[in-house]
Amino acid sequence: MRVDPMTFAAIVAMGIVTYFTRIAGIFVGSRLNLHGRAKAAFDAIPPAVLIAVIAPTALATGWPETLAALIAAAVATRVPLLATIAIGVIAVVVLRGLI
Amino acid sequence: MLDSAEARDFRSGLRDIFPVMVAAFPIGLLFGALCVAKGLSVMEAGLMSILVFAGGAQFAAVEMWTYPVPLAALVFSTLLINSRHILMSASLTPKLKDFSLPQTLGAFFFLTDESWALAERRALRERVTPAYWFACAMMLPISWIGSTFLGAWLGSFLGDPHRIGADFAFTALFIGLTANFWKGGRTGMTIAASAIASAVAWKMIGPPWHVAAGAFAGILTAYLTASEDDA
Repeated sequence: MRVDPMTFAAIVAMGIVTYFTRIAGIFVGSRLNLHGRAKAAFDAIPPAVLIAVIAPTALATGWPETLAALIAAAVATRVPLLATIAIGVIAVVVLRGLI
Repeated sequence: MLDSAEARDFRSGLRDIFPVMVAAFPIGLLFGALCVAKGLSVMEAGLMSILVFAGGAQFAAVEMWTYPVPLAALVFSTLLINSRHILMSASLTPKLKDFSLPQTLGAFFFLTDESWALAERRALRERVTPAYWFACAMMLPISWIGSTFLGAWLGSFLGDPHRIGADFAFTALFIGLTANFWKGGRTGMTIAASAIASAVAWKMIGPPWHVAAGAFAGILTAYLTASEDDA
C-alpha cells in the first residue's frame, strides 16, 4: 500500500482546511447574517468553483467534450445525478467516435 | 432500553440517512476509480475520503491532481468549495441545544450537505439530539469510504479511462452537482462568467490558475447582478 509523503501532506492539509470550514460556523454564530449582494456572492461560490474546475475540459478540449457538456447540462436539472453522469459519458464516447 | 427516546432518535437517524448512503455508493466507486486513473494509490484514495470526507472538493482535487503535487492550489480549491460549510454550521449550531462543545466539535467533522439538510429538516419539528445526529452523520462515511476503496481497487483493473469515456465523468458529475445550486437566470450568468474566465485563464496562463480566475469571475458576477434588497 503505497502512500507518497507529498500526497499524504496534501490530503492532510485538505482535511484540516475542510474541518476548519465545518467548525467555523460555531464561532461565527449570529454575526454571519449575510443578506443582499454579500449573500448572493457567498451562495455563488459552489457553482462558480465547480464550473471553473471543469471549464477547460468542457470548452477548450474539443467539440465532442463541448457538445457532451451541453447535453449533460440540458438534462442535469431533470434527471438524478447518476443519470446525468451516464448520459454525459455515453454522449462523449459516441461523439468521439463520430467527430 | 430499545424504546428509550435515545434509541428512537438513533433509529430515525438511520432511516433518514439510508437513501443518501445508497446514492453515495456509486459516486464513491467513481471517485476511487478516477483517483487510480490519476496515479493515486488505493490507500491514498481511501485516505482522502477518510480525512477530507467532502465529495465536491475531493472530485475537484483529483481533477487538478498532477505530479509534483500542487499543494497550494489543492488547499485553495478545497477552502473555496467547502466555504459553504461555514454558513451550514453557523445555522445549525443554535439548534444543537443538547450538545456540549466537544460533542459539537466532533459532530461537525461529519457535516455534509446531506446531513445538514436532514438535521435542519428535523429541527423544524423536533429537537436534534446527539443520538439522531450521530446515527445520521456517522453512517454516511461507511458508504463513502467503503465505495472509495472498492472503486479504487476495481479501477486498477480498468485500464485507460479515456477509452470508455470515464475521464469525462468528472465533467458530467460537476455539471450535475451545479444543477443543485440553480436559482434561475442569475445563476446562469455566474456560471457563464466562471466558465469563460476559467477557459481563458487555462489557455493564457495555464493550470491551476483557471480555478481561481473562474471562481473570482463567477462570484463577482453574482455580487454585481444581485441587489441589496435580496433576501
